[in-house]
Amino acid sequence: MPASSHSEISAIIDANEQQILKEWLEALRQGASLETGRIKEPELNTQAKGFFSHLRGALREGGLDVRSRGYETLRSFLAEVSRTRALKGYSPSETAMFVFSLKRPLFDAAAKSADASAAAQRGWEINQLIDELGLQTIESYQKVREEVILRQQSEISELSTPVVKLWDGVLALPLIGTLDSARTQVVMENLLQSIVDYGAEIAVIDITGVPTVDTLVAQHLLKTVAAARLMGADCIISGIRPQIAQTMVHLGVDLDVTTKSTLADAFAVALQRMGRTVVDVDSIAGRTAR
Amino acid sequence: MVETPAETLPISSGEDVVRVRQAVRLRCVEAGFSLVDQTKMVTAASELARNTLDHGGGGSVLVETIHLGNRRGVRLTFQDSGPGIPDIARALQDGFTTGSGLGLGLGGAKRLTNDFSIESTPGQGTRIMIARWKLT
Repeated sequence: MPASSHSEISAIIDANEQQILKEWLEALRQGASLETGRIKEPELNTQAKGFFSHLRGALREGGLDVRSRGYETLRSFLAEVSRTRALKGYSPSETAMFVFSLKRPLFDAAAKSADASAAAQRGWEINQLIDELGLQTIESYQKVREEVILRQQSEISELSTPVVKLWDGVLALPLIGTLDSARTQVVMENLLQSIVDYGAEIAVIDITGVPTVDTLVAQHLLKTVAAARLMGADCIISGIRPQIAQTMVHLGVDLDVTTKSTLADAFAVALQRMGRTVVDVDSIAGRTAR
Repeated sequence: MVETPAETLPISSGEDVVRVRQAVRLRCVEAGFSLVDQTKMVTAASELARNTLDHGGGGSVLVETIHLGNRRGVRLTFQDSGPGIPDIARALQDGFTTGSGLGLGLGGAKRLTNDFSIESTPGQGTRIMIARWKLT
């Protein structure tokens, strides 16, 4: 009997095609797929009809084994549907409901077209088939979300470590967020490269945006400072808030560099070391005026 | 005010350390800690969570709010089943490390908190409890 199960299911689908499709679309509409406006009715219709015709092809060629080659086109079709839904911000269950809502119409059709025991058997097979397809949907959905996360991670690590030029020979590196190892590596490389590019003599590392400074963060900072020193640039660490200062004292961390509480103070020190100063324009104007 | 019930957080990756810090910070804010006290507790939690991860091979932390009379505090219990610490006194010394860190984390965590206890059996794991009370 198992050899012909799929052909019987095929037959059930063929015989009740219009009815199943109609009920499924009804279920999809009720499943709030339309209300949020993220998907238009024609698109939903196309997706449902596309899925349905691929399913019939797959049943003919691949029987009930979802992982077989006969299901390849159906699987890639499903992957595409999950992809677009994941990108549109659907939840995993909303995405899976696309497939799962087909269960009821198929059950009903199976129940009508056979006696009780055969119908139960068909029902079980349909159940397994739809579950497998639903899991496929979730898997593709998950994959897309992971891709999004990975892309965002790399975007964040690049975006959040800009090196800015404050003055000729003075760079600033405003650090924001968690300083884990991977990001610190990017930070250090950016800073060292910028020191070369700008011929900088002084680099101000501002940690105002770093919420927690523990020994690992301190160690990363010290290593960055040491590397910059080897390249002939002096570092100033700024943005040390009162609570951070107290915590670092208790930790016993000794930052062997010039530190300042604000970026402005650090900039003033940098200018002083460069032999420059900021003056009030009016006072110069007053002196030079006749 | 409704108090968040005690929660156990896993520590098995670098992201978990970040999550532990965030959970501890929220807990400290809820207990009414000042900014300095929050920062101290969060930093101590960060040190110990990283120790649990790097030296203990991962584990978990129990985060809870505690009461003693009218005083409120936050208690963290870190637990791992790693190699353990053979010589605790030495591990607490500043500058001692078996890894590549600064060797200040464990002693620092002790100085940053009010209560500190450590139990370790070589080969079986380590349990470290820290607590900090709100100044009244």
